[in-house]
Amino acid sequence: MPGDSTIVRFENVSLSFGATPALAHVSFEIKAGETRVVLGAAGSGKTMLLKTAVGLVKPDSGRVYLFGQDVTDLKESELFAIRAKVGILFQEGGLFDSLTVEENVAYPLLNQQVLHHNGTRPAEDLDNRVREALRFVELEHTLEKFPNELSGGMRRRVGIARAVVTRPALVLYDSPTAGLDPITANTIISVILKERDLRNTASIMVTHRYQDGHLMANFRYNPSNGQIEPGARTGPEVGAEVSQVSTRFLVMHEGRLVFEGSETELRASPDSYVQKFARAGTA
Amino acid sequence: MLDFLKNPIATFQDFLFLSGRAIRNIFRAPHYADDILLQMDIIGVGSLFIVGLIGFFSGVVMALQMSRALATYGAQGQIGQIVSITLVRELGPVLTAVLVAGRNASGMASELGSMRVTEQIDAMRALGTDPIQKLVTPRLIATALVLPLLTIISDFLGLVGGYFIATTMLNITQSQYWSSAWQVLEYNDLTQGLVKPFLFAIVVALVGCFYGMRTVGGTQGVGRSTTKAVVVASVWIFVITSMLDPLFVNL
Repeated sequence: MPGDSTIVRFENVSLSFGATPALAHVSFEIKAGETRVVLGAAGSGKTMLLKTAVGLVKPDSGRVYLFGQDVTDLKESELFAIRAKVGILFQEGGLFDSLTVEENVAYPLLNQQVLHHNGTRPAEDLDNRVREALRFVELEHTLEKFPNELSGGMRRRVGIARAVVTRPALVLYDSPTAGLDPITANTIISVILKERDLRNTASIMVTHRYQDGHLMANFRYNPSNGQIEPGARTGPEVGAEVSQVSTRFLVMHEGRLVFEGSETELRASPDSYVQKFARAGTA
Repeated sequence: MLDFLKNPIATFQDFLFLSGRAIRNIFRAPHYADDILLQMDIIGVGSLFIVGLIGFFSGVVMALQMSRALATYGAQGQIGQIVSITLVRELGPVLTAVLVAGRNASGMASELGSMRVTEQIDAMRALGTDPIQKLVTPRLIATALVLPLLTIISDFLGLVGGYFIATTMLNITQSQYWSSAWQVLEYNDLTQGLVKPFLFAIVVALVGCFYGMRTVGGTQGVGRSTTKAVVVASVWIFVITSMLDPLFVNL
């Protein structure tokens, strides 16, 4: 698909562990700069969706395209170069707990050097990039700390810094607010909005909290005061009211994709399972 | 009918796959020299004291126990030979390997297991590192380099232990002990004394990493993997040594 701005594309993807289906005939796509919010109960296959997207898990059938390239049957070694263009925040942050925050955030950068055998990037530049990424999530003072010395919310933010330090075109967020209090959760979402709106990255966010999706669809990051505010995204490539259009909701139930549409459509859906998520937000 | 064999065979197949990839990675870039050195320090320097201690006492015990049997034939002067042969051929390699299995196969299984259950292994893959290249291969190389060296140290301290008993309790002179201990050793003994720890090292490292990498089920799972790694590695050490012995004895 050359020239196409499609970043991720699932075609009838199925995956099962033994008798239980983790993904059943899932098809969807996301284009550059767009946002997808994946809602679903625990065990509905949300995390598997993300892991399949970057080839961490191989589907039993169907095709997965990443940046226009069919990654379904690629070997692990061939995937590394493509994965370098994707940032991932794992459920619990997935930080390397024997490395400091600084080493964690530097890891993807160092690793790309190892991958490409150039090794020419000066150490100073590396240091700047790491500091910049940590400043982005407002955790520049934690450089020397180890992940277990940080709170849950801070760990997620370091996870985001590590995910975006390579300036990927696509970032996947696996339950970024799970287990956090509402205030910390909103901080995390505002960091995610900041990344999306300042760098225009495509985002797929898996969550069980409707509010997270609501914020993603209806709020934007205001660079002048550093706060998030209601309103459509504006930017060089994004026109007014794009936000509602470019943020779409996916609802998963037992591996199946039972709903795809905008927030308005989500609220209007007659499906009782889908309604549970929409109502959770208004309650 | 043979369904009960399915699981063990599937596990063994997975083990062979991991081993194949880990060994193939030795010859492929990128190489993580830092990780190899770190592991050599943890496994080698870290085990030095306990390996030396156990080596010394096994020499002491061998000399004490065998002296009674030898006294029956009036051959106490041969104590150096007995200690030297048993230590170099069998006890040194096996005891050292079992110790390292207990210390480091468990360490590897629990470290990699915790990384697995906290998604650090997946994170590593997502960030473009082959976890086998980064985690398993350095441990394999480090153990294979260090275990033969540890065995040599253990053998030597065992001989010192035997010497200590021989001179203080059995009235054997220093030169008598060392010359009999030294002269009895043939190339065959030295070869098997060094081939064995090399093979044990491969088994210890791969089994430890294997059970770590396939950990499931949270912290409890980490505990299970650790136990399995030590038990399986120790059993394999004894299986391998008893398979090798007929080969070398006939040489």
